Amino acid sequence: MIQTQNLRKSYGTTPALRGINLQVQPGELFGLIGPDGAGKTTLIRILATLLLADEGSAQLDHKDVVADYRAIRRSIGYMPGRFSLYQDLTVEENLTFFATIFGTTIEENYELIRDIYVQLEPFKDRRAGKLSGGMKQKLALCCALIHKPTVLLLDEPTTGVDPVSRQEFWEMLQRLKAKNITILVSTPYMDEASLCDRVALMQDGAILQVDEPDSIVNSYDKPLLAVKTANIYQLIQDLRQFEPAHTVFPFGEYVHLSLKSVVWPELIHGYLLDRGHADIEIKQAMPTIEDIFMEKSQV
Amino acid sequence: MNHAITANNLTKRFGDFTAVDAISFEVDKGEIFGFLGANGAGKTTAMRMLTGLSRPTEGEAMVAGYDVYREPEQIKRRIGYMSQKFSLYEDLKVRENIRFYGGIYGLPRKQVRQEADRLIEELGMSEFANSLVSGIPLGWRQKLAFSIAILHRPAIVFLDEPTGGVDPVTRRQFWEMIYKTANEGTTVFVTTHYMDEAEYCNRVSIMVEGRIAALDTPQAMKASFGVETMNEVFLRLTRPGGGNT
Repeated sequence: MIQTQNLRKSYGTTPALRGINLQVQPGELFGLIGPDGAGKTTLIRILATLLLADEGSAQLDHKDVVADYRAIRRSIGYMPGRFSLYQDLTVEENLTFFATIFGTTIEENYELIRDIYVQLEPFKDRRAGKLSGGMKQKLALCCALIHKPTVLLLDEPTTGVDPVSRQEFWEMLQRLKAKNITILVSTPYMDEASLCDRVALMQDGAILQVDEPDSIVNSYDKPLLAVKTANIYQLIQDLRQFEPAHTVFPFGEYVHLSLKSVVWPELIHGYLLDRGHADIEIKQAMPTIEDIFMEKSQV
Repeated sequence: MNHAITANNLTKRFGDFTAVDAISFEVDKGEIFGFLGANGAGKTTAMRMLTGLSRPTEGEAMVAGYDVYREPEQIKRRIGYMSQKFSLYEDLKVRENIRFYGGIYGLPRKQVRQEADRLIEELGMSEFANSLVSGIPLGWRQKLAFSIAILHRPAIVFLDEPTGGVDPVTRRQFWEMIYKTANEGTTVFVTTHYMDEAEYCNRVSIMVEGRIAALDTPQAMKASFGVETMNEVFLRLTRPGGGNT
């Protein structure tokens, strides 16, 4: 499990964390969701005992990140955002290296990494630097797991990775979770929130909201419509001028229009007709994590 | 000529590896064209051929009315390019970056000065105008990089994963800038890993192992697979067995 109390950290005069309070339960798959600059990496580095907070405290499995840092380093797996394995060692050499450092062997904990490692085995004599992005990521995960950690800290493992490899990676995390490892994973892809047990939405060093993904989506409290016409660019401009409009954002082929209060769709239809729009379509929209994030981050 | 880009059996081989395998497609003027594919599918290689940076092994392509074999320098003058990884000089100030690129594109000095003022005003960046690019927030940087990529009013702008890691509000402001640009007649050729962004495009192509596996409007693609999102379309096309878990 992971706990933090009022963690603060600044780089010079720039605050990176503004008082983070977090509780991650044992065996939970917990997501830190936020854009670049939200403070995700700083938080993970403090938890991994690689960075000291200016204020506040944090514990992993009841061990303090400052006082008990040696014990924590033995019991966590950490995958940094930047690929940090030895590029000129082979796949197998990297894994052996990390196993040895932690005083274990590949054989001893093979069970834990088997699912992932079988996909790498055909390339086990290839240098890590020559692997594809998806393969590098799988190797890094194996190396982070080889000493059987109780807590896994993953810093943006899916950034820049295509949707297929992203999906495979999340399936691997689901299987690890079933083995009772506490997993904290950060991502800038908001749609990945739904794959976590609970998530914290982060922006500018603060947590906007913590909850189960469904509850977060259900907490959206404004009428939300999806609107489409033949000219999306003009549609956005015109809806911004529409008095009852609260926010107007493009969302795929539609524009999400949130309203200050309930308005009949016919009224919006008429408003758009008056402004020369054709092929008008208006329907109820299901809020997404991004709708929530934008609402919360703008207040 | 109504096409900004035409490619006909465009192919690139490295040794015995075929990175791009006889792709053919057309992009209309003023269209927002999404160019998707898994890592390693050949997107970057294809884009390098279309921007005149890499000579094709076989096939034909015309970009902005010029031939990629014979007239790559003409092409470079008529396109803009922006990538997530590199676009601006971090150790130059905002205004210096604009001046630098204005000079590269051969715009007259006076025009560059006016454009710089207009850009900084339009982007609401006056507080950053004399800051080093390294010190301004990522979202602003990306919007600035895009504005600079279209500073010389190119016929086509190529955007290579322009919105990675950017917050959702800025991501949308960025797409509004893309809509505006396309509305003014510039063709937009864009790659992205955000599948919801694929739906902002007029048409989308999806590359799988060097070939174009599908090319259509996002709506038609979703309908033909009978799925709700472009993410599902992508997974069906790129994942053997069409697994959808």
